Amino acid sequence: MMDFAQAGLRRIGRRIIDSIWRMGTATRFLALTLLHSGQSFSRFQLTIREIFSAGVLSLIIILVSGLFVGMVLGLQGYETLQTYGSEEALGILVSLSLVRELGPVVAALLFASRAGSAITAEIGLMKATEQIAAMEMMAVDPIARVVAPRFWGAVISMPLLAALFSAMGIFGGYLVGVVLIGVDEGAFWSQMQAAVDFREDILNGVIKSVVFGVAVTVIALFEGYDAPPTAEGVSRATTRTVVTSSLAILGLDFILTAFMFSGV
Amino acid sequence: MQRATLDLWVGIFVVAGLGALLFLALKVGNMTGFDSASTYTVRAKFENIGGLKPRAPIKSAGVVVGRVSDISFDNGSYEAVVSMKLDSRFKFPKDTSAAIMTSGLLGEQYIALEAGGEEKMLADGDSLKLTQGAVVLENLIGQFLYHKADSPQEADPR
Repeated sequence: MMDFAQAGLRRIGRRIIDSIWRMGTATRFLALTLLHSGQSFSRFQLTIREIFSAGVLSLIIILVSGLFVGMVLGLQGYETLQTYGSEEALGILVSLSLVRELGPVVAALLFASRAGSAITAEIGLMKATEQIAAMEMMAVDPIARVVAPRFWGAVISMPLLAALFSAMGIFGGYLVGVVLIGVDEGAFWSQMQAAVDFREDILNGVIKSVVFGVAVTVIALFEGYDAPPTAEGVSRATTRTVVTSSLAILGLDFILTAFMFSGV
Repeated sequence: MQRATLDLWVGIFVVAGLGALLFLALKVGNMTGFDSASTYTVRAKFENIGGLKPRAPIKSAGVVVGRVSDISFDNGSYEAVVSMKLDSRFKFPKDTSAAIMTSGLLGEQYIALEAGGEEKMLADGDSLKLTQGAVVLENLIGQFLYHKADSPQEADPR
């Protein structure tokens, strides 16, 4: 009985120590990436290719889900606001919830599962097939050549994708609210403009999406770089990327929201 | 430098993203607000500000002419001191009065300015003398009940 409890405790302790260890390694990995990112700007073609695979290829899913999220917000918001006779406030509801929360968060969640998993799988496979070891043999720094351009490509793409998501969502809300249901168009836009502040709402949303972009990309790159060079290892690392970065996004979102919107 | 179709796609993506940001800034948010225009600051003391918040609108005749920039407490007179940033395109006489109003029954609170008749205009750093604080619904109901209880009872018909 005693032995059993001891073993359980030991396992928990090992888990915790192991995760702290990985946290430290990941931080060192981020520092190393930032230190070696000179090449991704002097040879910008490398970064452009990564913007293509992380950003452009995620466009369809981001645009379509943005449109539908906005349309659902328009429908649900109208149903509720109508009972209070204030359906003109639909514009405020749709725009504020998209710009402050849903835009950055949902875009980042989609980005993590669309682009983050691809990054992990790619780097994990590169490691498993010893391409990274081959680069080191040829005195090419894999962090500067492989990791840093991916980091910057994804970090540049993320705020643009979040902005597109929000804009598309507001268009969806407009489509349902004004075109389909018939809320007054002037009230929809003017109330929205009166309520949404550039610095307070839009800029804070952009800051959120940049933070999420960095978090998702670091997790994806690190999991890929750290994956055991086996088929099973790569598959596990890809799963872990999606799970960890989704949790990180939601946790960070709470912290950032508490910072940005709780005061005053 | 060699041009590839990949560059074109990335270019389209970046332009679309920046366009979305611009759309958010200009059409959704109101960047052409008072933040960029020149303003002058006027202060007023209220005995109760109710739920007034910084950045609440200041309206005169229903038109937004400025925003509340800061709210603090004066420990000398136990009143709230509200700093208002008014757009310098709009000038008001010195004896302008300020009142805290509510838009609609449950709407946000704002400050309404009622222009006076004096010749001299308000300048930066001036304070408004005539103010009317927010109407607190609880007090109003309390007064009403108190008044009801105080009024003479109707004579017993018996």
